[in-house]
Amino acid sequence: MRAVIIGNSATAVGAIEALRAVDQRAEVLVVSEESHLIYSRPLLSHYLGGEIACSRLAYRPSDFYTRHDVTPLLETKATGIDVEGHRVLTANGAPIAYDKLLVATGGVPIVPPTPGIDTQGVFTFTRRSDVEGILAHLEKHGGSRAVVVGGGMIGIKATDALLKRGVHVTMIELAPRILGAALDSAASRLMTNLLTEAGVDVLTGNTITEIQSRDGRVCGVALREGAPIPADLIIFGIGVRPNTQVVQGTEVQVNRGIVVDEYMRTSAPDIYAAGDVAEAYDLVVDMNRTVAIWPNAYRQGAIAGAHMVGVETPDEGGVAMNAIEVHGVPAISVGNSNLEDEPGHEFLTDLDERAHRYKRLVLKDNRLVGAILVGRINRAGIYTGLIRHKIDVGASRAALMSEQFGLLSLPDRYRKHVVTGEGIEV
Amino acid sequence: MSKRIVIHEEHCIGCRLCEVHCLVQHSSSKDIVKAYGGERSHLMPRLTVEEDGPVSFALQCRQCEEPSCVEACVSGAMHRDPLTGTVVCDEDVCVGCWMCIMVCPAGAIQQNLLGTRIASKCDLCYGAELPACVANCPNEALTFEVVDEKGAAS
Repeated sequence: MRAVIIGNSATAVGAIEALRAVDQRAEVLVVSEESHLIYSRPLLSHYLGGEIACSRLAYRPSDFYTRHDVTPLLETKATGIDVEGHRVLTANGAPIAYDKLLVATGGVPIVPPTPGIDTQGVFTFTRRSDVEGILAHLEKHGGSRAVVVGGGMIGIKATDALLKRGVHVTMIELAPRILGAALDSAASRLMTNLLTEAGVDVLTGNTITEIQSRDGRVCGVALREGAPIPADLIIFGIGVRPNTQVVQGTEVQVNRGIVVDEYMRTSAPDIYAAGDVAEAYDLVVDMNRTVAIWPNAYRQGAIAGAHMVGVETPDEGGVAMNAIEVHGVPAISVGNSNLEDEPGHEFLTDLDERAHRYKRLVLKDNRLVGAILVGRINRAGIYTGLIRHKIDVGASRAALMSEQFGLLSLPDRYRKHVVTGEGIEV
Repeated sequence: MSKRIVIHEEHCIGCRLCEVHCLVQHSSSKDIVKAYGGERSHLMPRLTVEEDGPVSFALQCRQCEEPSCVEACVSGAMHRDPLTGTVVCDEDVCVGCWMCIMVCPAGAIQQNLLGTRIASKCDLCYGAELPACVANCPNEALTFEVVDEKGAAS
């Protein structure tokens, strides 16, 4: 049996580790366009910010492939799939035969068509080569002013990293508020205040219309509203869309992402998809959708990897969530955290704007469906557990917002489940 | 089969000796006076004592079969030790992104911001026969037992 994985990030690692946990015989190949061994994309902002050396980008020890008996085919771009013939087509020429195939191609950065986009000094922010390009650009040309396009997770992470490099940032977000996909307006305002205090100019409801250059290099941007802004560097951190290119023209069904079932199987035989490219089940919204986050990528990869060698562990579904930090203040959002004035929902909030602290819980039918924690984040995972397991918290409602919130605040049976697993008395 | 810490909340008197001995065990001196003296500035207990009126218990990492923290960790710091099977955080690799805190259903991981920012969690006193909190619990409110897959102590 030969398993081929297209992609070399969290999903691939999840698949490899789950597959090898039960099977030592299958041949496993990893096909990656990039030249690097497995590294952590979320750590790229830490690398750009100078917090970690590039050696610490490694997501697994350097002997990972040998220890798991995996053949990495690096600098190999998969260009298509011959579904009938069970072969992956590559840009280098030789097709790669597979018995089982996992498409773990992740996402590609969204870059709106903008005049001047090819100017030197314009970057995206998802790959190691992006950060290396940014660092080289800063080193060669200096650069004290950056424009970050996008006020979502990627834009925030790029901004926070540039601040640590002493670069002034103007953040431009098309929506009326930053982090709108994860935060409600109060939490978004807190994060905006933090950015402003750190010296960032946050422009919302605006977008760039042109990239201006001098001697072939970026010198500024023109805006839809207001005067142009001078800039030495532009980073597009709007977000990613599923990288479905490799399955185009095949029978594999694609909506926004590749449609998968609870075992991460696509509509084509022996082809799986997982991670940012896949449209898998989200248990909070109760539908399939793409959610480009690390924990989902790893878990879905593990489910696919196990299924390839006959272990059927259905996915119970993911929960959208994220942890970020701005200017030293951490923020966590889980589930349907950004809902506002939604009928049938209840909102519990506790805001201390001056201390940059906020807690917000979203309930529906006595069950927690969303949570936001800013500033004080310890024990956030207990809320995540309540959301994931759809626990009735009606009786614990008062305790949910308490500063002493902990397992003692939970319904007894759930507490015992968390503390000890089933079958044992606490 | 690996051993886990079992919590008996009906025996816990909330004395917090577990916290004290956890902190000492994870100090470099292993000396209570030094640990609470010079070393205190970067140490914190790796367990949480929860208390509400007469009920209390000490909570450490539950050593989940399928640890959410390992799945969510973006640096690779959180891992299952290949030798002991214990879920531990490699503090040289951790960057303090708090993804693990976001997903731990027991709330058993804490931010340690006292020195280098790291996720702080129980390591079952790595290599020790008996974790310090268990060894020093005066009331056997914590025991160290072989636990089967369903979580039942045998």
